[in-house]
Amino acid sequence: MTKQVKQLDRVIIRFAGDSGDGMQLTGDRFTQETATFGNDLSTLPNFPAEIRAPQGTLPGVSSFQVHFADHDILTPGDSPDVLVAMNPAALKANLGDLKKGATIIVDSHDFTTRNLNKAGYPENPLETDALDEYAVHAFDLTDMTVEAVKEFGLSRKDAGRAKNMFALGLLSWMYGRPTEPTIGFLERRFAKVPDIRDANVTSFKAGWNFGETTEAFVVSYEIKPAPMAAGTYRNITGNLALAYGLIAGSTQSGLPLFLGSYPITPASDILHELSKHKRFDVTTFQAEDEIAGIGAALGAAFGGALGVTTTSGPGIALKSETIGLGIMLELPLLVVDVQRGGPSTGLPTKTEQADLLQAMFGRNGEAPVPIVAPQSPADCFDAAVEAARIAVTYRTPVMLLSDGYLANGSEPWRIPEVADLPEIDPGFATEANHTNAKGEQEFWPYLRDQETLARPWAVPGTPGLEHRIGGLEKGEGHGNISYDPANHDFMVRTRQAKVDRIADSIPPLAVDDPSGRARVLVLGWGSTYGPIGAAVRQVRNSGLDVAQAHLRHLNPFPKDLGEVLKSYDAVMVPEMNLGQLSMLLRAKYLVDVVGYNHVRGLPLRAAELADAITDLVETTSSSAEPSSTVESVETTKETVR
Amino acid sequence: MTTESLPFPGLPSGLQGVPTSDAPQNRKEFTSDQEVRWCPGCGDYAVLAAVQGFLPDLGLRRENIVFVSGIGCSSRFPYYLDTYGMHSIHGRAPAIATGLATSRSDLSVWVVTGDGDALSIGGNHLIHALRRNVNMTILLFNNRIYGLTKGQYSPTSELGKVTKSTPMGSLDNPFNPVSLALGAEGTFVARTVDSDRKHLTSVLSAAAAHRGTALVEIFQNCPIFNDGAFDELKGPETKETAIIPLVHGEPIRFGPAAEDGLGGKGVVRDQATGSVRVVDVASPDNPDGVDPSEVLVHDAHAGDPTTAFALSRLTDAGYLHQAPIGIFRQVEHPTYDDLAREQIATARGGEDDEGHALAGLLNSGDTWTVV
Repeated sequence: MTKQVKQLDRVIIRFAGDSGDGMQLTGDRFTQETATFGNDLSTLPNFPAEIRAPQGTLPGVSSFQVHFADHDILTPGDSPDVLVAMNPAALKANLGDLKKGATIIVDSHDFTTRNLNKAGYPENPLETDALDEYAVHAFDLTDMTVEAVKEFGLSRKDAGRAKNMFALGLLSWMYGRPTEPTIGFLERRFAKVPDIRDANVTSFKAGWNFGETTEAFVVSYEIKPAPMAAGTYRNITGNLALAYGLIAGSTQSGLPLFLGSYPITPASDILHELSKHKRFDVTTFQAEDEIAGIGAALGAAFGGALGVTTTSGPGIALKSETIGLGIMLELPLLVVDVQRGGPSTGLPTKTEQADLLQAMFGRNGEAPVPIVAPQSPADCFDAAVEAARIAVTYRTPVMLLSDGYLANGSEPWRIPEVADLPEIDPGFATEANHTNAKGEQEFWPYLRDQETLARPWAVPGTPGLEHRIGGLEKGEGHGNISYDPANHDFMVRTRQAKVDRIADSIPPLAVDDPSGRARVLVLGWGSTYGPIGAAVRQVRNSGLDVAQAHLRHLNPFPKDLGEVLKSYDAVMVPEMNLGQLSMLLRAKYLVDVVGYNHVRGLPLRAAELADAITDLVETTSSSAEPSSTVESVETTKETVR
Repeated sequence: MTTESLPFPGLPSGLQGVPTSDAPQNRKEFTSDQEVRWCPGCGDYAVLAAVQGFLPDLGLRRENIVFVSGIGCSSRFPYYLDTYGMHSIHGRAPAIATGLATSRSDLSVWVVTGDGDALSIGGNHLIHALRRNVNMTILLFNNRIYGLTKGQYSPTSELGKVTKSTPMGSLDNPFNPVSLALGAEGTFVARTVDSDRKHLTSVLSAAAAHRGTALVEIFQNCPIFNDGAFDELKGPETKETAIIPLVHGEPIRFGPAAEDGLGGKGVVRDQATGSVRVVDVASPDNPDGVDPSEVLVHDAHAGDPTTAFALSRLTDAGYLHQAPIGIFRQVEHPTYDDLAREQIATARGGEDDEGHALAGLLNSGDTWTVV
């Protein structure tokens, strides 16, 4: 049967099923096929904190959304065009996100009375008019899978487990995805269990063939590759990119990498990844707790390593005292916070940006820490290298604020040339730097570089530079314990000035204002880059002018940030918190920015944000004075709702 | 889950890999220019003097020695030694030293801590350092009181102790640091006394030579808040019966001499319970005592820590009338840091072209090229 091929410019697919159905793997494989094909893409895995929540229930639903297109895209998309639901709970949990007319592909096998009850369906929605607004394709994918793989002699249960590959095969046919990468992947992954390997490959091919032969689908779709800058690409998640960035920070500085870490969601994958790369002189130390993780990293930094600790918000709370020690010792240290929903244990597998103020202020005393935030999964690489540059150059702990969405989300990454990566010079001290009253040469551990205010880094093993450092306040220059009031005031100001001077080394804020006529600026940080960018595009497509800028450095801010803010009539700051960057901007620049705040554990929705931006642009253009107060009130209502 | 059988390298001295000094050294070179600020009469002075006197004998390069401490009176120790040093935060010194020792095989790493620092706020780090057997020497100054915060009870204070925070008596059952260290798989566990310079020095020498985590509990008098806590072990008339000396290969005998010239008291194993107890050794004056041949011969190198643990229980938990002093346990076991470096060396396989390797890493996985 010859089928029609229809051109599309972009598609959003969500694979949803039980935690044990292999939806993350299915989504990941579809993503790899899509990346290899050359579409631009963005993904959003979404899974419960429980490893195996009760089967068939709403809390046990795991999903993976992939947005791919023939042009550059910025987000995993608000609303899927296609939902693949492997059981009633997956249908129920995701139906609310679909637009009318969306395609739903259902495995009808589990639509039994028992499973419908577990999902809270009094009647089978496949047999009522409940789904009339959608294009529903219900098949018993499980039975078809079992039938397809029966030659391998697996139990019915094991055979049925390959149904995710059947679904993947079907969707791969529907969107013209290349199949070789998945077949190769399955052959490698199950090399040691031939019957499982063969069942999965067969199921995958059966799904493809089913799409091609069934009369249920008369159309398949083509989404042409997206134009991309020349180069070699791979698909990459934020955690993987961040791990690679840390290794690059190590090789570019010539410092061995020492990671002290304690397992925590969603940061653990960085520990797993780095532990595979001992070949790069990477030591990974799984510590007894969060405090020991950062303590060991700081100890290694004292010895001349690139000390790193990786964690999430709750871990930062435990590490705070050691970060303070790092500030006092003025040693390089990278503190990676992959933010998740809080407070307390919160939403371990969901994303949030609510640790900004913790990163900024969460310590005793005046304890400034530079903060760097990546804006997309692939950008985690560059952000990690930048954090390493700042830490080593300025001898300071640096906070790198990723989040759960960046950590697990993925996108194509143009692989950089190693020669293009920045060189980082540790500039170890090797000789005395001071002459005392007796005319003798001495080493003063707190005699600073006049440009950066960084102190010399003399590592144990360097003869003649023996010195003692500690958490007690030290005298300017010589670094011995000092309780002198004027000295303390001076040192507090100096530590702040050192962090402030980092601004000398960071570029001015890039503002995207294509028409040059915008009166409203949308300013974000971290993973909201994608949704903000998509929302701004929508607003511009509707004929309105709006400017966009995104902060990589949260402390210190770029030097021109205040001027940029004041050059617009209104500034909107979308964040996945209750207004933490807004608070910093108001405090520092006396600019009454307008917050746009959601803390749902998911990325901001571009369409909703576009509506809010449109409202602000229209309000601003209709009044000489922007009425940001009104907007703030509305935003608050929105938050409460 | 699978288990890899790890290669256990030959177990060298704790100081192997640390560069040695060509020229003879003296204690003055190890003394920093900082004024020592402990209270007059503090036991810490004696330990500092012993360490400054003994470090030159190790013959190591001064720049390759690092002292890391936590918080407390004893934790000021690094400021007074002209080596590298870090005065860190409360309880965390073993964690910091773990990172330093693991990343630098060429350093002799020492931790100075106290009973509050190591056993209360830092208890977790202490036990995990011991079980990992990271190559470092931990000096645990035990004065059985909080000194720097001015006199609260500590995790080694006796039950019922009246302090500022326990006016009706402490309700906390104390730790026995030696028992704790043995229970945490410590490979070198010893106890000494601040006032016995000779014993202190010999135990510290053995601790420094041990490859792995060596824990030395030092009974240390606080003249201000807990004066006299160890008087029975120090008094000329009492110490003979208070100190149970542990010397590898020798019968555990103490007290006024018996007929054979050794102590009139001995430690024997209780056949019924497997525990140990102190008995009188038979002599003409005391025919009811046990035969000297039944007295336990100390074996610090025994693989099984059971007897060492039993000996540690001879320490009074309340006011100290009696305590074993010496090396309880000294066994060879691979160290965490040696094994960690071994894994890196294996993974590197002699390659060192980092730039080339990095490009390979970044380009690994499924890639595609856009022209």
